[in-house]
Amino acid sequence: MRAVRLSAVTAAATAAALAAVTGCTEKSDAAGDDHVVKVTATDSKCEVSKTEFPSGHIQIDVENKGSKVTEVYLLFPDDRIVTERENIGPGTSQKVTAEVKAGEYRIACKPGMKGKGIRQDVTATGTGKVAKRDPRLDSAVAAYREYAQEQADETVPKAKVFAQAVKDGDIEAAKKTYADSRIGWERTEPVAESFGDIDPKVDLREDGLEEGQDLEKDWTGWHRLERSLWKDKKLTARDTELADQLITDLTDWQKRVGKAEITPTSMANGAKELLDEVATGKVTGEEERYSHTDLVDFKANVEGAEKSYELLKSVASENDAALTKELDTQFAALNTLLDKYREDTSSYEFTSYDKVGKADRKELSDAVNALAEPLSKLAAAVVK
Amino acid sequence: MTDTTNTTNTTNTTDTTDTTDTTTGTAEAAEPGGGTRDADSRTPSRRSLIGWGGAGLALGAAAAGGAVAMARSGDDAEPTAAAAGAAVAFHGTNQAGIATPVQDRLHFAAFDVKTTDRAAFVQLLKDWTEAARRMAGGRAVGEGAYGGLAEAPPDDTGEALGLKPSRLTLTIGFGPSLFGKFDLADERPEALVELPKFAGDNLDRNRSGGDLCVQACADDPQVAVHAIRNLARIGFGKVVIRWSQLGFGKTSSTTPEAQTPRNLMGFKDGTRNIAGTETDRLKKFVWVEEKDGPAWMVGGSYLVARRIRMNIETWDRTSLQEQEDIFGRDKGEGAPVGKAKERDKPFLKAMKPDAHVRLAHPDTNAGATLLRRGYSFTDGTDGLGRLDAGLFFLAYQRDVRKGFIPVQRSLAADALNEYIQHVGSAVFAVPPGVRDKDDWWGRALFSTDSKDSKGLKDPKDSKDPKSSANSKEA
Repeated sequence: MRAVRLSAVTAAATAAALAAVTGCTEKSDAAGDDHVVKVTATDSKCEVSKTEFPSGHIQIDVENKGSKVTEVYLLFPDDRIVTERENIGPGTSQKVTAEVKAGEYRIACKPGMKGKGIRQDVTATGTGKVAKRDPRLDSAVAAYREYAQEQADETVPKAKVFAQAVKDGDIEAAKKTYADSRIGWERTEPVAESFGDIDPKVDLREDGLEEGQDLEKDWTGWHRLERSLWKDKKLTARDTELADQLITDLTDWQKRVGKAEITPTSMANGAKELLDEVATGKVTGEEERYSHTDLVDFKANVEGAEKSYELLKSVASENDAALTKELDTQFAALNTLLDKYREDTSSYEFTSYDKVGKADRKELSDAVNALAEPLSKLAAAVVK
Repeated sequence: MTDTTNTTNTTNTTDTTDTTDTTTGTAEAAEPGGGTRDADSRTPSRRSLIGWGGAGLALGAAAAGGAVAMARSGDDAEPTAAAAGAAVAFHGTNQAGIATPVQDRLHFAAFDVKTTDRAAFVQLLKDWTEAARRMAGGRAVGEGAYGGLAEAPPDDTGEALGLKPSRLTLTIGFGPSLFGKFDLADERPEALVELPKFAGDNLDRNRSGGDLCVQACADDPQVAVHAIRNLARIGFGKVVIRWSQLGFGKTSSTTPEAQTPRNLMGFKDGTRNIAGTETDRLKKFVWVEEKDGPAWMVGGSYLVARRIRMNIETWDRTSLQEQEDIFGRDKGEGAPVGKAKERDKPFLKAMKPDAHVRLAHPDTNAGATLLRRGYSFTDGTDGLGRLDAGLFFLAYQRDVRKGFIPVQRSLAADALNEYIQHVGSAVFAVPPGVRDKDDWWGRALFSTDSKDSKGLKDPKDSKDPKSSANSKEA
């Protein structure tokens, strides 16, 4: 990524702003009974006292009558979390509040804190303008959110293996696990970037630093460790701190994916952004300037873009069949070209980018342009 | 940088009007004296009003409700086409941008074809033609630069909004390598030869060749760049830019009545160039005739493009005498050795045997004559504290074998070679003009192609370019 380091103040403000738009869980006096929904959770049921409530302030009173620890969620139709409460033990009660606009929602209980939960559709009534929703797009967004969550869930353990190698001072093992630990992140980078504060902590490149910023203090994340491993060729106590910090930040990301603002348009434009990432960072070799593992990131970016596209394709092809045909062609062409740089198409062992010459880089760049141009038209084909 | 001689031209009009090019104001003009670009694509195309005549069409445009670049009441004189920022007719028997009075600025781009799907390539040529037609008329491409869907990038990149047409011409050419694709081998003109290696060539392959080229010329650099940028964008996935060149300060005039421009060596260049009004010389030296063949090239021409780096720092340290000896003309007036005036007939024997003008002159080269349309360039510095500057030489001719090749061979002995080096080179077959709104660049090549009739053996075959299922590719 190419972001610049946010000052601590900006990052904090961003985080606060993000917290403000989602639900809050502080105690409050219920503003009248019609604003309260009682939820009775058991190991197999999730009963709600009403399926309609007025828009505005809402309070969910949860009672766990089951034997398992449960969670309760208020969700948008596309599975984005409005508000949630975890760790509701058997026999306990909890209150959750939120401010909601008029529209369709779901309440879900997750006995055992696993799976998609037991769901119940609810409606917030009111005069607010409710945009018409295409259920196919809602399910596309829900599926993409699930994908983004999976990527985060798979990344954290891989990153832990990498971090452990760093902490053990095992340079070779760390180098071997570095690129692999980034794949899930690279596939879903636009989601991570939407949080604003995480990306600069984990994926800042050396050129993102400005005069007066300290290489040791102000730079954290994968690329700082990349530099230690490939350029400085030594690991110090600071690298141990960086490794721990990386896991802390990635765990934060993993927790927040569920609340990310994802729309059909942001999915489509996110796919284009992934190609922008390739065009401005990977094709030039600037992203992995020390490890030269750019092609691994490159492939992951393309995979993430392709995932978005596949989920939106059925709607997009109805509006613009020529576009989806072109996208199919160009995704295939770029993937075929990338496969030239690995022996085994089931592995992520790609040619080191410093071994890729100027003419080959131009060929890659041309293929990226050929895909990114029609991809920039995907959002329009989805919202038409 | 060659010199040509013919009977002195006596045309004194600024607006060239012949069967190839017509200069008028724009119908979309909001104020008299030339139009500005608008993003509204629903304006009827003024181009469709333009036939092959000249004078009549200003009336046609006026009748359509548009202002034209004509004298306003109270004005004594009609503004020149350039001053008015007028449009040059896109349609004609020959492509605009060859005999058209040379504009001030150039953006030249060579492309390589990436698609192997003939139908997709034909569709691109149609899309390009439509975009070129719009831009030459001073209009935005597609649905314009704003006002469309908020979620989509605009069709037009927008930097030419509000600018006048600025005499933009867009001229397409097909390189020899194109004829190795799409089964076009039988259609390759004999005259489209690969240039031989000339003495002193130091060609960078990344600045040479190309399956296609587009020459964009305009009086406003932003208009020229906008045109190439938008064509490149339309081309993504089918063609890629191989190299491109910006140029300024036309070095060869095709309007002899105007001040002869100077190249970066400070010498007038193009004193005896073929003028846009010299129908006879154009016919003789520039346009492909039926007897030349192939049929699809009739009304076309051949373009040689050479990027000529000048060692201007060493040139500037050269004495005036030596500079004048090298060229064979004096620096101030541009008069040939022993003559008083720029347009006096050169006496070649009075010049040094290795003088540039003497070696390049038609009398030295069995009459070989080129229409030159070159531009100066300065592309930053070369890392050694010197300007990367020179002449981007563009020459049109009826047959490269009788035009550029013999002239350049004579120039092997040119005294100027100490100060210049050819570092980029390309040659293109430039098809005839786009005749009307239903015509497109290269139609004759892709329609007369015998492969199309062979293709009829395929029951699924159709001429509908949108169905790419019948690609002729093996």
